[in-house]
Amino acid sequence: MLHSYQYPRFPYQQSFEQKTGQIRRHPVVIIGAGPIGLTAALECARLGLPAIVLDDNDTVSIGSRALCYAKRPLEVWDRSGVAERMVEKGVQWKIGKVFFKEDQVYQFDLLPESGHKMPAMINLQQYYLEQYLVEACLQREGIDLRWRHKLLSVTQANDHARLTVETPDGVFTMEADWVIACDGANSDTRRMVGAEFTGQFFQDRFLIADVVMKGNFPAERWFWFDPPFHRGQSVLLHMEADNVWRIDFQLGWDADPDEEKKPEKVIPRIRAMLGPDAEFELEWVSVYQFACRRVDKFRHGRVLFAGDAAHQVSPFGARGANTGVQDIDNLIWKLKLVQEGKVPLEFIDTYHEERAFAADDNLTNSTRSTDFITPKSRASRLLRDAVLQLAEHEPFARHLVNSGRLSTPTPYVASSLNTPDADSFKSEMRPGTNCADAPVKVAGRQGWLLNELPAGFSALVFGAFDTARELDFAGQSLQVLRVGVDLIDSDGLLAQRYDAQPGTTYLIRPDHHVAARWRAFEPSKIAAALRRVTGQPI
Amino acid sequence: MALEHQLNIVDPDGFYEQLISHQRDLSEDDALLYQARLLLVLANHIGDRAVLGEAMTVARRALSPA
Repeated sequence: MLHSYQYPRFPYQQSFEQKTGQIRRHPVVIIGAGPIGLTAALECARLGLPAIVLDDNDTVSIGSRALCYAKRPLEVWDRSGVAERMVEKGVQWKIGKVFFKEDQVYQFDLLPESGHKMPAMINLQQYYLEQYLVEACLQREGIDLRWRHKLLSVTQANDHARLTVETPDGVFTMEADWVIACDGANSDTRRMVGAEFTGQFFQDRFLIADVVMKGNFPAERWFWFDPPFHRGQSVLLHMEADNVWRIDFQLGWDADPDEEKKPEKVIPRIRAMLGPDAEFELEWVSVYQFACRRVDKFRHGRVLFAGDAAHQVSPFGARGANTGVQDIDNLIWKLKLVQEGKVPLEFIDTYHEERAFAADDNLTNSTRSTDFITPKSRASRLLRDAVLQLAEHEPFARHLVNSGRLSTPTPYVASSLNTPDADSFKSEMRPGTNCADAPVKVAGRQGWLLNELPAGFSALVFGAFDTARELDFAGQSLQVLRVGVDLIDSDGLLAQRYDAQPGTTYLIRPDHHVAARWRAFEPSKIAAALRRVTGQPI
Repeated sequence: MALEHQLNIVDPDGFYEQLISHQRDLSEDDALLYQARLLLVLANHIGDRAVLGEAMTVARRALSPA
């Protein structure tokens, strides 16, 4: 097989604590240096929490695996200065085409809204993403990446967890105030703490192939239902960086995974799809079966679960890594407040409250797509085929075609941290929603709202108010950003997206989600909302 | 009244899920029978013969005689 990418080897180093045999207590230990674990480390570093990452391997993801990254995760990575590199290397696409049998039945345009720093979606192989995240971690103070460190067991104490870890130098023990388990769908940590991981397994298998080709395919997402070159099944084609293409073949339940992975089996399938003259080489092949499952509780004692370790979804809709990054977005600021003793310990359980809600929303969407792509009976298959046939001429039917609904953040509409609206707003920026970006001017230079929001709480106030830049309420300091003074709404999009009038005030969380909003700047209301969003009695 | 060609169903994905889940536990024959019964119930609700006739034409399009 061809190799368009050179896999790095990260050096193993024996830690001081293992060498000396002295048991040390650390604030945060992260299990797994995948996209989610590395993002957790970067977020910890950004908020000033020292973090150790343990990984049993010493390189990045083998094969492209997670492929599509959506705007919200890119915005999270942009806070650590690593997103621009991903966007530069990644492939941007916006046209999706859906085919049924011989015909294209319709095409959609993601119609990305302008006036956001980050694009709606990029395609980038997971190995590049992990490499960039590792390189960013190495430049940060307070992150300790430990390769070839395998977690053997976790025991819970009242106020910490005790970890037994194996390295090439043997076994040693370390302690952590908090463990963040980011060790994937087959999480060992989950088994070690006895967490339940339940849901639905789908009786279907998929072949995924990374193919290097000099093809004429444009940067679009093509999805086939029942194509002539792969009868009765579905096929997905996606462009990646470096002229690599990702092809997913649905195989059905009876397929033999070991047999299907063999190049002599895979190449004819791709040849049938691309035509006899296509020039291509195979780079990576895998066969998988997927499941839609979620962990019972995102926190077990001192162990917190994030990413696939907490929830596993079908790949349709790019909900795996994207939603995992949003777990971290939600978790780390809460952990920081708990570690500082500024909020009660139970505050951390709002992580489960908000992210289990989001995980269930993702599971619903992902299950619906899977049911459309893989009908379970003859009658549901006929319905599905009827939708696809009608879609060619009937606009209504296009809305029913479900080849994966692309990942967008789930607003925490029912969160106990929200202060419900008392005033009337014509804007999607309800409490619990992640802040929409907009172009702004700061000190005469063009920038972006999200880059201007601080790492702590802030109040975004529209209009020229005579107020301090920093306020102290409920033991929290709050930075005030005045639109029109500190930030200039250069294109008018900020006021439009936030339905702002003079006096409109948004209370914004450290993860850049709206906690509350009002039509007037009233310090007593801000103080009450700040108490609520930090889990304190009002 | 004319036949609606644009999307008119609230929460289309939720509708489709409900439609599928109502036949999940049925035999193959009963699932098809369920779809036929649903068609008749909905046709009666619409009532308007012109609309029903137009809908039949749309449904028949691209299907060739055996």
